[in-house]
Amino acid sequence: MMSAQAWIGVWTLFKKELLRFWKVSFQTVAAPVISALLYLLIFSHVLGSHVEVYPGVDYTVFLIPGLIMMSVLQNAFANSSSSLIQSKVMGNIIFILITPISYLEFFIAFLAASIIRGICVGLCIYLVSIFFVNLPLVHPFIIFAFALLGSAMLGTFGIIAGLWAEKFDQMAAFQNFVIMPLSFLSGVFYSIHSLPPFWQKLSHLNPFFYMIDGFRYGFFGVGDISPWISLIIVSFTFVILSIVTILMLRSGYKLRG
Amino acid sequence: MVAAVQFNQVSKRFGSLLALDSVSLSIQQGEFFALLGPNGAGKSTLINILSGLLHPSEGRVQVMGFDVIRDYRQARRSLGVVPQELVFDPFFSLREMLRFQAGYFGKSRENDIWVDEVIEGLGLSDKAGTNMRRLSGGMKRRALIAQALVHKPPVIVLDEPTAGVDVELRHMLWEFIKRLNMQGHTIILTTHYLEEAEELCSRVALLKQGKIIKLDTTENLLHSMHGKLLQIKLDGDLPADLQPMKKDYIDGYFLLSLSEISSLETVMSICRREKIAIEDLRLIERDLEDVFVEMVGRA
Repeated sequence: MMSAQAWIGVWTLFKKELLRFWKVSFQTVAAPVISALLYLLIFSHVLGSHVEVYPGVDYTVFLIPGLIMMSVLQNAFANSSSSLIQSKVMGNIIFILITPISYLEFFIAFLAASIIRGICVGLCIYLVSIFFVNLPLVHPFIIFAFALLGSAMLGTFGIIAGLWAEKFDQMAAFQNFVIMPLSFLSGVFYSIHSLPPFWQKLSHLNPFFYMIDGFRYGFFGVGDISPWISLIIVSFTFVILSIVTILMLRSGYKLRG
Repeated sequence: MVAAVQFNQVSKRFGSLLALDSVSLSIQQGEFFALLGPNGAGKSTLINILSGLLHPSEGRVQVMGFDVIRDYRQARRSLGVVPQELVFDPFFSLREMLRFQAGYFGKSRENDIWVDEVIEGLGLSDKAGTNMRRLSGGMKRRALIAQALVHKPPVIVLDEPTAGVDVELRHMLWEFIKRLNMQGHTIILTTHYLEEAEELCSRVALLKQGKIIKLDTTENLLHSMHGKLLQIKLDGDLPADLQPMKKDYIDGYFLLSLSEISSLETVMSICRREKIAIEDLRLIERDLEDVFVEMVGRA
């Protein structure tokens, strides 16, 4: 049972993490929204009239949920990972480490802030998109569940990366060689049914695929696989990553000697 | 009364390096205590263990009776740490940073009045809304001290608090820290300015290679150095009979070690006998620096 003082501690850390990205919202919110809209503009212009992934669904409309989810995931990851690596490199992480905040409370605060940023960016892209296209919302609950779980999973992944990395270039490598390929090869721009069988099977090993497909199912009621299977796989991956993160934090990995 | 800080047989190993070797030390409530030692002596390791940034390989550490590992929440609430490096969060203003820091320790908005008092006490009122990046080095140093005080800890650790600050600010910080001690806070100070330890601290621990080589009151340490130093300028070379007393030769002055004040007459009579005129002389009291050099050199 957490004491009132402990709750204030977690709340303060959460609030600080929120304000940290909000103070630079042009970079942390507006920039990803503009990037997503540019993707949308270019891909819909090039492929819009040539490709029909789901029967009766325009390619531009098909693309939007994938782009929203990709931005949710990337920004949730960026929030926790960049905050941690910056604090470590600049040395101000000490201000948190010398406080009574426990490793579990640290995890909760960083995770919650990542979820908020991910969902905030996703919501902005959605709101801008609906000015241009008519986007259906068949299962809003599923959309919300995948946005929540996806951002939580990547927020957790970001904490792992932030703990592991000691320099900014290590973090950039993590982003470019892990997060980026997993996002781009997850079916954001295509249905995996359009891939050769080998690549289809390989896509099933990518947890990002389940998040994108489940999220898209919430909009159209159609997906490459059952959303419930996706939900189970995403939840399971989140639990595993959370356990790893909590164990790293408990041991003081690269934080306490 | 429970000790403010208690180290029991604390050792710390980094691989094959033994950074702390069975250190036992008790600092009483209300003390003004100095941890001195050359670079690599283990001062920062000791402080990092105290603040929970490092775990000891062996031994126990308590702050106000709370074990820093088992009862870490209470131990950390009892401790305010001023780090040596000028670290800060570049996203926030001074006031925001201090309010966050108080919040981490479970302090609610009611504590904001105290935060403003600390800001005022350190002469930072006109910079409270300024981003930390825009503060000068001296202001950042004061901000670090403020950060350690926002949760009203009974024990305050200052790791080189005046490193790199100008003389005026150093004296201002000394006065501020003295006031904290007079209000009942236990102060633990590490410093390279031995004058600072001599001026402020009632007790001193000298560390070398992870061990405490001397632990005593500042007064006793100063008395342990018998005799005085004589700075003397002659119109010739130092007579052979005085050579055993010579400690140094700086800017035309010989530095002689006198075992007792009556040795001064001996020095003067030898000079008279050798017909060497004394152009200038000064008697110098031994200070903590002499103690430090002698102890660290000897151990």
